[in-house]
Amino acid sequence: MSPLTRNKPGRVPPNAPRVVVLLFAVLPVRWRITPFKPWLARVSLNAAGVAVFLFAVFPVYWMVATAFKPNDQIFTTSFIPFPSPPSMDHVQRVFTKGVGELPIWQYLLNSAIVALSAVVLGAVFALLAATAVARFRFRFRTSFLILLLIVQMVPAEALLIPLFTMVKRIGLYDQLLGLIVINVGLTLPFSVWMLRTFVAAVPKELEEASWIDGAGRFTTFWRVLFPLVAPGLVATSIFAFITTWNEFVFALTLINDQGKYTMPVALKFFVGQRSTDWGGIMAASTLMTIPVLVFFLLVQRRMVSGLVAGAVKG
Amino acid sequence: MTQTSTLARGGADTSAPSRRSRKRTRRSGLSPKAVPYVLLLPGFLVIAVLLLYPMYQMVEMSFHKVGLRQIKAINPAPAEFVGLDNYESVLGSPLFWSSLRNTVIFALVTVALTLVLGTLVGVLLNKLGRKMSTFVVVGIMAAWATPPTAQAIVWKWLFDSDAGVANWMLNLLPDWLSQLLFGRSDWSGQPWFNDTSTLYFVLIVAVVWASFPFIAVSVLAGLKSIPSELYEAAKMDGSSAVSTFRRITFPLLKPVFSVLVVLSIIWDFKVFTQLYLLAGGTTNRDAFNLSLWSYAEAFGGSAPKLGLGAAIAVVLTVILLLITLVYVRQIVKTEDDIR
Repeated sequence: MSPLTRNKPGRVPPNAPRVVVLLFAVLPVRWRITPFKPWLARVSLNAAGVAVFLFAVFPVYWMVATAFKPNDQIFTTSFIPFPSPPSMDHVQRVFTKGVGELPIWQYLLNSAIVALSAVVLGAVFALLAATAVARFRFRFRTSFLILLLIVQMVPAEALLIPLFTMVKRIGLYDQLLGLIVINVGLTLPFSVWMLRTFVAAVPKELEEASWIDGAGRFTTFWRVLFPLVAPGLVATSIFAFITTWNEFVFALTLINDQGKYTMPVALKFFVGQRSTDWGGIMAASTLMTIPVLVFFLLVQRRMVSGLVAGAVKG
Repeated sequence: MTQTSTLARGGADTSAPSRRSRKRTRRSGLSPKAVPYVLLLPGFLVIAVLLLYPMYQMVEMSFHKVGLRQIKAINPAPAEFVGLDNYESVLGSPLFWSSLRNTVIFALVTVALTLVLGTLVGVLLNKLGRKMSTFVVVGIMAAWATPPTAQAIVWKWLFDSDAGVANWMLNLLPDWLSQLLFGRSDWSGQPWFNDTSTLYFVLIVAVVWASFPFIAVSVLAGLKSIPSELYEAAKMDGSSAVSTFRRITFPLLKPVFSVLVVLSIIWDFKVFTQLYLLAGGTTNRDAFNLSLWSYAEAFGGSAPKLGLGAAIAVVLTVILLLITLVYVRQIVKTEDDIR
């Protein structure tokens, strides 16, 4: 906003540059008060909003659009904004002939198996640990929380080499189970960190009432705490699902058999194998992005609060 | 806040409800003092086995020579202790300096651009009307949600030399302007992924595109948390826009910013997936950053050098942990719940 708007009409701000002083002498008084008319400000703000929207959405749109374009509209130096008419060729090919002679179902299935198993396993561990740190005070509590923060920052590539040898040694190399276990480990610190705020938000009185009514520890946990934490658990699990679904470097290193590829590795393989089949590649990318996009819109708000932790206080 | 009140009341190991805790003991046969440890144990074991032990192993491997024979499933050969040899060859390698340079420059440029763009968009979102703001948030969500693999592939397609939209757009520029800015006017067939600097340019665009939404939404959340009374009071006192920002907005958002800065640095320092895909694997050694170099030494060739890869990973981890310390300190300071 212009500093001019903040001043009373007719008064030159102190230390104003010469140009401003000159403008004050020349411009009519009405202009000095609102050099930016309100409607103009609103229009330019909205225009900026639209620009941001287009910048963010265009690449995603272009991915989807390319997936539905016939080849002659893909390989052209001119700009074709919409697939006209839309063609299902690429999507169909990806589903039937697929990537590396395997239909894409196989990879979607592998990804879903890995992500869902890791999420379910991780949710159990995370819920127990989150209850411990949110409901009890004990020695090592602070140390554990700080440990959670630190391990999240360790680069995956650093863990990759030792985990690779470990997985190889215990015979989990080239198996989805190995990938599941590792993804539980990778997502757990953040899950505990995020879930503990949800547990802490459940009023303790409810549990105490259940105690007084004679419920046991397990019953209290299962009948009182769990239903109340469930929405938070869902949000945390969705986050873990997205992380696992997107995980690339471990899936790339620990899986060799093409039939066990997850989606990200299948995509990489696709690009390497048929680097010119952009229609098919974009169809596969779109298929991979859809579930994440849906989940993302569901948990977006909570993810921010989880990541920035205590820095943003609502 | 509920959190603090729960804590103020203490957990099971405070002395007050002694009668109740005796009851608990009788019911489940588990001392209340042991409960948190029992709850924590499975999670802690997972973290210990899958994250802490590997970290220790990584350091240990970095002092050893580990190749194919040492990682066989059936009676592996013992790894030979080589002392600091791996580190010497890391620091002595010209690849170290080029990949360190790539890592640092990429992180600095990307973090700066992401934060500036993200903050501007956050402020913009705060000023927009409700409907428009939701519209833009849903839009930037699309960029944020795109999986890293898909991000890299989409940007590779946008910057395709023949049919890419980027070259088409650059060709749209008036010739004199293009000539003035870039010293050329014809962009048809311009390859972007052969040269390290243009490759990193695309990488920066892709990563900024994918990570500014998080900054924007966080800044928006921070701005919304500032009570409007402060602004009203400032207005009453005749504070100018600049000094309102300097005296109110910025100090109150400072903790948010410091966390965002550190998180962005950490994320951009270890970028892997997008670089791997844009660079087309590990063949272009000039384009390595530390992550990719470590991966390339350990898994890239036919004769894997896992010890050397581990040494590079140690160097990267040490750099990241130093940055992380700042983050942890900030969180401990702002999060009253942690102590």
